[in-house]
Amino acid sequence: MSRVHRNRLNPKQRIIQLSAAVLFNGYLLGFRKGRIYTGSSKAICVPVLNCYSCPGALGACPIGALQTVLGGRHRRFPFYVLGMLLLFGILLGRVVCGLLCPFGLIQDLLYQIRRLPLIRNIPLWKHLPFGKGKGIWKKLDSSARYLKYGILLFLVILLPAFAVTKTGINPPYFCQYICPAGTLEGGVPGLLMNPQLRAAAGALWNWKLFLLLVILAASVLLPRPFCRYLCPLGAFYSLFNRFSFFQMELDSLKCIGCKACERVCPMEVEVTKHINSPECIRCGACKASCPTGAISSGFAGKGKNEKREKVH
Amino acid sequence: MRNKRNVLRLVLLLLSLSFIGIGIGQEEYLEVMKKAVRICLECIGIG
Repeated sequence: MSRVHRNRLNPKQRIIQLSAAVLFNGYLLGFRKGRIYTGSSKAICVPVLNCYSCPGALGACPIGALQTVLGGRHRRFPFYVLGMLLLFGILLGRVVCGLLCPFGLIQDLLYQIRRLPLIRNIPLWKHLPFGKGKGIWKKLDSSARYLKYGILLFLVILLPAFAVTKTGINPPYFCQYICPAGTLEGGVPGLLMNPQLRAAAGALWNWKLFLLLVILAASVLLPRPFCRYLCPLGAFYSLFNRFSFFQMELDSLKCIGCKACERVCPMEVEVTKHINSPECIRCGACKASCPTGAISSGFAGKGKNEKREKVH
Repeated sequence: MRNKRNVLRLVLLLLSLSFIGIGIGQEEYLEVMKKAVRICLECIGIG
C-alpha cells in the first residue's frame, strides 16, 4: 500500500460524518414513499453538497440554490444563499468537507475497501502512481486541483448568471452535467422508485451515471478525488481556510518532524509547512496520528497551541 | 497580523449575516424553497 495514503479509520470522524449524513437526510419516509420532503426547512441551505432531490433531504443544496437564484427569472444577486455560504465558510472553512459532507463520507468509505483483508495484499496498490509526492503525478495532481475553482467560476456562477436561453431561466449547469452527489442521492433512488423518471432517462442520465461511476471507482484508488479536483463547494470553502474561526494549529516546540501527519493526510497537505492550506479538509487524521500531540484544532483563540503555529 | 485576521473574520461574519438578512427581506428564500421542494430533473440527470 502506498506510504502516503495510509489513511486509517478515524472513529470520531466517522461518527460525525454519519450523524451529519442522517441529519441532512433525515426524512426517512421519503425513501419509503419515493417522494421528496416539502417542508419549510427546504428554504434553508445545508452547508454540504447534498441534493435537494434526495428523498431524505431536509434542506437545500447551497450550490444548487446559488445557481437557481443566479439563473432565475429575476436574475438577482444571491444575497441569501451567498450569505449562508459565507457564514459556513468563515465559521468552519473546509471542516464541512472533512466532517459533514455525505459525499465525502462515501468517498472515504470507498477508499477503505483497500484495507479489507482479501484486497489489501493485491500488488496493484504498490504500483499505483498516486501519492508518491513527486514526479509527474505530483505535477498533474497540483494542476488538476485548480479545476474545482474553474468549475465554481464558470459552471456555478458565470454560466447560470449570464448565459442566454430561450426560456429566460438558466439551468443549474453544474448540477445538470457534473454533480455526482445529485446523481447518487437524487437520481438513483428517484429512478428506482419512479417508473416515469426511468422512462425519461436518456443520454444525459447515461453521462451522469458514467461520471458518477468513474468518481466512485477513482475513490477506491485515491482519497477524495471529487473533493480534490471537482467540488465547487470545497473550492469556495477553501478560500476561507486560512482565516476561518476554526483553525488547525501546530506546536513547533512539540513537533519532532516525523511527518506522520503528512503520511496519513488524505489530501496530501504539507502539514508541517501549511497546516491551514486551502486543500486541508480538517478531517483530523493528522491530529490523530501525531505521536507528540503537536497538532490541535478548534475555534480561533481556543486552540491550545494558538501562539505557536509555525515550524522552523 | 493576528489582529488583522480577527478583524477580517468579524467583517466577513457581519457581511454574511447582513447578506442573509437582505436575502430574507427580498424573499429570496422562497425562490430557494420553490426549487428545493420539487424534484429537480436537471440535478438528477434527466432534464
